[in-house]
Amino acid sequence: MTLVRIRDLRVAFDGVPVLHGINLDISAGETVGLVGESGCGKSVTWLAALGLLPAKARITGTVETAGSDLVSGGRSVLETIRGGRIAMIFQDPSSALNPVRRVGQQIAEALRLHRGLRGAAARAEAISLLDRVGIPDAARRLDLYPHEFSGGQCQRVMIAMALAGQPDLLIADEPTTALDATIQAQILALLTEVQRETGMAMVFISHDLGAVGAVCDRVAVMYAGRIVEEARREPLFAAPRHPYTRGLFDAIPRLDGPRSRLVPIPGTVPDPKNTPAGCAFSPRCARATSLCASERPTLLPQSDGRALACFHPVPAATLVSREGVFA
Amino acid sequence: MMLLEAHGLVRTYLTRKSMFTPPEAVRAVDGVDLVLAPGEALGLVGESGSGKSTLGRMLLGIDPPDAGEIRFNGAPMPALGTASWRKLRAQMQMVFQDPLAALDRRLPIAEQIAEPLAIHGIGTASERNDRARSLMAQVGLRVDQAGRFPHELSGGQRQRVVIARALATSPRLLVCDEPVSALDVSIQAQVVNLLRDLQDRHGIAMVFISHDLKVVRNICDRVAVMYLGRIVEEASSDDIFSSPRHPYTRALAASVPIPGARLDPSTLLQGEPPNPARRPEGCAFHPRCTLMRPGCAGAVPRLLPTTPTRRSACPVVAA
Repeated sequence: MTLVRIRDLRVAFDGVPVLHGINLDISAGETVGLVGESGCGKSVTWLAALGLLPAKARITGTVETAGSDLVSGGRSVLETIRGGRIAMIFQDPSSALNPVRRVGQQIAEALRLHRGLRGAAARAEAISLLDRVGIPDAARRLDLYPHEFSGGQCQRVMIAMALAGQPDLLIADEPTTALDATIQAQILALLTEVQRETGMAMVFISHDLGAVGAVCDRVAVMYAGRIVEEARREPLFAAPRHPYTRGLFDAIPRLDGPRSRLVPIPGTVPDPKNTPAGCAFSPRCARATSLCASERPTLLPQSDGRALACFHPVPAATLVSREGVFA
Repeated sequence: MMLLEAHGLVRTYLTRKSMFTPPEAVRAVDGVDLVLAPGEALGLVGESGSGKSTLGRMLLGIDPPDAGEIRFNGAPMPALGTASWRKLRAQMQMVFQDPLAALDRRLPIAEQIAEPLAIHGIGTASERNDRARSLMAQVGLRVDQAGRFPHELSGGQRQRVVIARALATSPRLLVCDEPVSALDVSIQAQVVNLLRDLQDRHGIAMVFISHDLKVVRNICDRVAVMYLGRIVEEASSDDIFSSPRHPYTRALAASVPIPGARLDPSTLLQGEPPNPARRPEGCAFHPRCTLMRPGCAGAVPRLLPTTPTRRSACPVVAA
């Protein structure tokens, strides 16, 4: 069952397009990763979908969920969906929480708005939520302020607030980027566990292919405001076909094997004001031909179930030399 | 002779929770011994609050130790701010995480790269200008970008400017504090390769501080793992993550997601790093440790050689 259907979503800031038509379906219960570098549009996609961009952003296309369109529906539609059906958590939990209100009050506010709970019932539910996300001594810590929690615990509090509305879909925008690797692993485990219990779907936005691979069923790779490759986790990690996806894998140093020189992607991400005419990745791509500089490849379904936007993809037989990945 | 030797380094900060409570002493660095050979790259890893950044600043003499001693090139580190310390700074430079904050927004980049030469009175104005251009070429910047301002460059290019500036006085030691953490993966690989090349070409010794174990392993010859102000394990970068001995190193290595592999909840490290002001008795790691024995809460374990190339501070795995 499709929970959210995004069609031709476009965003422009001051006449400069940054998102060039995204099509993406999220089904109930699944975990979809959105990967890419800064400015590729992975966060903007969901900020636009949930009406969280500044007023100067021009948004077109449709984001359908529960029979309504979030782009054209306006504030009233957004408020029934946002925080209830679709919740979102962000990279920096300490700035997403209100510093001058106790965390219990902030969770209770979400419970009142989305589930009509008040007073003792809201407090009891807030304690059970904090307990659920692994905050020890929840009943006492309900009355603390955000600065009295560590970064990892603040992210747990944010997750508790997001769960307060019993969402069908959680958008997690770089939720572990600001955290230590050990705490990142704990938060990823918590998100996976919560999903297993509640059956909610999740969109996991990250620049870290490792973290995405750890939790996601399906992955969409974005570059310069477009999806360039989309596949299930196993085929994508076993054999990335878009030269950009492949380049991302090759650029990551390894924790095992020889300490060889890294293979960076040359050049930098294009300026949105000045995107190349054909494929936006062509100036950085070793496989590019003159066709790539003039024509833009569309995202087309492939025989193995993935979608790919490339005239000269990496041959399917060339597996990434990462022995033992699926051992 | 070792380029850098540190013995028994301690750095204590006083913090207070409010105006009315007495200050608490926080030992950010708590008895660190380390050596660095000329041209060697040493990685410092650990969670936030482990004291790795404080230790990096101490090694340059920017943060004076409360106890212990640092010797650079065989001689004691001169006191912060003295003329001899300033003179020595030409031989030891630092690269920070955020290049935009480390650069002057109102100065063209070539002038910033040449500035250390002017400060140390090296060369004439035109020689300094030539040197700045040659440094720009070395770090992969185009010479026609000399008149650009930091805001006109990308994040990766700015970090190249910071590295060129650090190299201007031909230092023998470079302390890099999370130099690639703010960069995108593809750009990060470019800067990592640049640092490796510069090290090979000029034989600069490097202390590389990062929370990213994969990057540290790629750049460094040797790695020291820190927990709450102490080194708990030290070994060659080939060995330390492939066969970690100390339970904390094991947990750190296991927390790094491998692209394509599902999360394995059984290897998760429980809990968070304790508040350095309330350091657990004995081995500071014992409340989170899966191998904890009754004796672990007693004496602080010493960092002892377990093999000729490895030091570990865990009596349980040493036994």
